[in-house]
Amino acid sequence: MSVPTVPDLAAPTAPTAPTVQVRGVGKSYGDRTILENFSLTLRPGEFVALLGASGSGKTTLLRILAGLEEHESGTVEAPAERTVVFQEPRLVASKRVGSNVILGQRSTRDRRAAASAALAEVGLGGREAAWPTTLSGGEAQRVALARALVRNPRLLLLDEPFAALDALTRIKMQALVAELCHEHQPAVLLVTHDVDEAILLADRVAVLQDGKVGVELEVPFERPRRRGVPGFGDFRRRLLLELGVEEAIGAA
Amino acid sequence: MTAGTTTSRALAEASPVGAAAAAGTVPTTVPGADGPRAGATASGRKKRSPRDVLLRASVPTAILALWFLGSAQGWIDEKQFPAPWQVGSAFVELVSTGVLWENLSVSLGRVAVGFAVGGLLGLTLGVVAGLFRLGDQLLDPTLQMLRTIPFLAIAPLLILWFGIDERPKIIIIAAAALFPLYLNTHSGVRNVDRKILEAGKVFGLRGLGLVRHVILPEAIPSVLVGLRVSLSVSLLALIVAEMSNAPRGIGFLMVSAQQYFQMDVLVVCVLIYAVWGLSVDLVVRGLERVLLPYKRLGRKS
Repeated sequence: MSVPTVPDLAAPTAPTAPTVQVRGVGKSYGDRTILENFSLTLRPGEFVALLGASGSGKTTLLRILAGLEEHESGTVEAPAERTVVFQEPRLVASKRVGSNVILGQRSTRDRRAAASAALAEVGLGGREAAWPTTLSGGEAQRVALARALVRNPRLLLLDEPFAALDALTRIKMQALVAELCHEHQPAVLLVTHDVDEAILLADRVAVLQDGKVGVELEVPFERPRRRGVPGFGDFRRRLLLELGVEEAIGAA
Repeated sequence: MTAGTTTSRALAEASPVGAAAAAGTVPTTVPGADGPRAGATASGRKKRSPRDVLLRASVPTAILALWFLGSAQGWIDEKQFPAPWQVGSAFVELVSTGVLWENLSVSLGRVAVGFAVGGLLGLTLGVVAGLFRLGDQLLDPTLQMLRTIPFLAIAPLLILWFGIDERPKIIIIAAAALFPLYLNTHSGVRNVDRKILEAGKVFGLRGLGLVRHVILPEAIPSVLVGLRVSLSVSLLALIVAEMSNAPRGIGFLMVSAQQYFQMDVLVVCVLIYAVWGLSVDLVVRGLERVLLPYKRLGRKS
């Protein structure tokens, strides 16, 4: 077969060619500046958490990377193979779980098998025919995760995907996401205001301050991670201080 | 118009949405996120205890019993209101002579044609105005203005224009059916959750794909509410249309029964309209079961 050679875009030209490169991005709504000269780089397979208070613009950045919003200045390079898990599951109520996972793809036998495999991965094996309205919040969010992973994304965008879950479900979901990201190795950007979550999941934490990344820290802990390993508290306090939060509850 | 009132009441009992229709105006009701479940009675959802069933059935049964007893004892003047067995035998006679079917089939035909024209138009316009900004700009203001005209008010005008043949009757029914379907389809398409639309876009759906896989499925609950109201209002339009100068139809049967003081035939006609209204409701509920299987399975959370 004499197919002309197409340069494989997925193969990095240099070993460290980044998956995402954001340089000097600006964005404002009216006269409110959200992002100003924002820069961030994600290497292939890297898990980065973007921490910020609410209203700091972290979700705006994620939406720009997802192609849901335009930026006003600067450059954004992101792969077309990108998927999102939103804060809410955002499933189509009138489609069964299996069809939701392959929403937008042709329902071939191949894809349906892929959907089943993805559902099995998130612990919902055999639930293809269930209706979204019959799922619990955690289950629905796992379907959303399967929907994002079944496309083999090079970039996975997580927009506070655990925020709406109860505390126990959240812990399980965080473990599941860590495991699946380790397995599939997409570059991951997790947007969150939960410092613990960022430390538990990310390779690197970037703190959003005044529209740009103020501080960027590698997370120095071995995986699998646990709260309370030596140094966890200090690292946590450090990040909280960067976010402008002094943690001391109770009388001095 | 005793007949109309009775029928309206039957409709109103059959469905809360129909109640708005029976009030005589074109309803604009678009129940909230809950869609048709809000329209449907809560009865379909939970099982009732025998005591509950007994209590609910007690009053209608008592009324029926009183009717029987009152007629048998002569408390009810049969010139004013016929006895149950008189209504029964009138029904049997109307059926056996073929008079009933002859007129009922004409009425059914009128609603079928009128509803097909008006309903399809309402559905199409609703989708177009819901999907496209230009469609919305061109269609919505006009239709919103037109819907404020009670459709029954144009009946005399139509009769002057088209005479007393089938056309004005079908046009009234079509006009009645158009607006509820337009309004509910329009708002159903418009109000598809933006967040789910966004998810569709992120996962590669564009244009027609988005319409087919996200927008229309999400709008179906609203469309079904529109359908239910449309069908109920069509019946109302039929009754009015048939009572003026119709040579055949259930309405004609009623008018001539009225002229000849055939109380029993009148009551039969009222009951037929009532059963009709009830069947419409059952049909739409059946459609909901088929098209929205997930609605019955929802969690409360």
